[in-house]
Amino acid sequence: MSGDKGADGPRRSRQAPLLVAPGEDLGDSGEFEAGHGVLSINGRLRALKQGKMNKRGNIVSIEPRRTAFMPRPSDLVIGYIEGCTSNIWFVDIGAPFNAILPMSLGPAKAEFGGIRKVLDIGDAIICRVQEVEENHSSVVTMKGMGLRAIRSGSVEEIDPHLLGRLIGRGGNNLRQLKEDTECRLIAADNGRVWLDGDLSGIIQARNSLNDLLKQAKIEEYGGVV
Amino acid sequence: MGGYGDVQCIDENGIRLDGRKIDEVRPMSIEVGVVPVADGSARMKWGLNDVIAAVYGPMEAHPRKIQRQDRAVLDVRYNMAPFSTTDRIRPGFNRRSREISKVTAEALESVVLTELYPRSKIRVEIEIICAEAGTRCAGITAASVALAHAGIPMTDLVVSVASGKVHDVVVCDLNKEEDNYGEADLPMGILPNTGELVFLQMDGDLSPQQFQEAWDYNMGAAKVIHEVMVEALKGGDE
Repeated sequence: MSGDKGADGPRRSRQAPLLVAPGEDLGDSGEFEAGHGVLSINGRLRALKQGKMNKRGNIVSIEPRRTAFMPRPSDLVIGYIEGCTSNIWFVDIGAPFNAILPMSLGPAKAEFGGIRKVLDIGDAIICRVQEVEENHSSVVTMKGMGLRAIRSGSVEEIDPHLLGRLIGRGGNNLRQLKEDTECRLIAADNGRVWLDGDLSGIIQARNSLNDLLKQAKIEEYGGVV
Repeated sequence: MGGYGDVQCIDENGIRLDGRKIDEVRPMSIEVGVVPVADGSARMKWGLNDVIAAVYGPMEAHPRKIQRQDRAVLDVRYNMAPFSTTDRIRPGFNRRSREISKVTAEALESVVLTELYPRSKIRVEIEIICAEAGTRCAGITAASVALAHAGIPMTDLVVSVASGKVHDVVVCDLNKEEDNYGEADLPMGILPNTGELVFLQMDGDLSPQQFQEAWDYNMGAAKVIHEVMVEALKGGDE
């Protein structure tokens, strides 16, 4: 436990990340600002989540061990069509609430009653979050470069906060993985990864994805996953 | 308590039936991640109690009428397995489990930042596998660890522990015999980092002095339990 030490006190080496639990005191909020997973209460910084404490500049944040995906505008997400009306698709983007995809933002116009010929229930799509309302319902769009329906390959799911580890510094890990497997690989912000290529390539990519994430978790936190 | 008045729970040296001193808590251990498909989970063994808590969500709140436009709701379900005690428990909700679910939800709602997830619900399932005494306390404690494990933002963990009175002696963390033959029971839910109270019940009568004594025992025990919780969340010292 960091106890009542300052926010920079207990962090010494990169080998031993400082793990915190919710409610832990992270020091005085005078010199440091509260980042992700940190709240300032009565002049003290308080951890809100379980995870690794990071200090960058004067911002203290927590890289959580687990977290739910909450959509933000401009997030690239992979969604599944869950339902539709005559001019709106409802898309499961892995968030607490389904997003809506109006026909005006869809891939093509459909005749009245023909919406399921364009995108059917169960289809996977690559889309971008257009806006998120205050009550957490969001609108996604398929107008933009590379946004389309997924008709081949496979979609894998990983915990969203582990995306950084998959992508690597400057995208190195992801690039290496693409080269090794000769697959097309798109990692969306909601933790879904689209793999497309030969079957053997997809299987290889899938395995190395699982290995990488398992390894990352074990290195980071010990045996518990 | 007719016929049981001669059950002696504490000897003349202040040692209790299970060998504890009067201010000692039962041995306990917590493990996280015991339900892999859940978003967060924890298993707590506390004396002979064995409790599993699993957390799902936040997700869209169903049915619609339980939705709140400004915050998430906690859907807590406390349940005792039919085989958790010597007398078989009829499966399903009953008066007691409904009450405990309600007080648990209220205790946890005071630490979870529910306003971050409007219209959603967070599902918390507490299952008592083996019951000794103080299952509501073990349930709340395990549920708060499971919530933290699920990455739900919360200002503090909740530690819950009960002290009580047995033959006019106040003792910490009642076991089965003390709970059955004792006179009073004071379960509390404590925020360990601030010492605030989020849950308090009292069964039986305590004088103001005895109440204070039980209170102090609970506050002391909360520190011990909090260390076990934090250690479980940080994955031990491997």
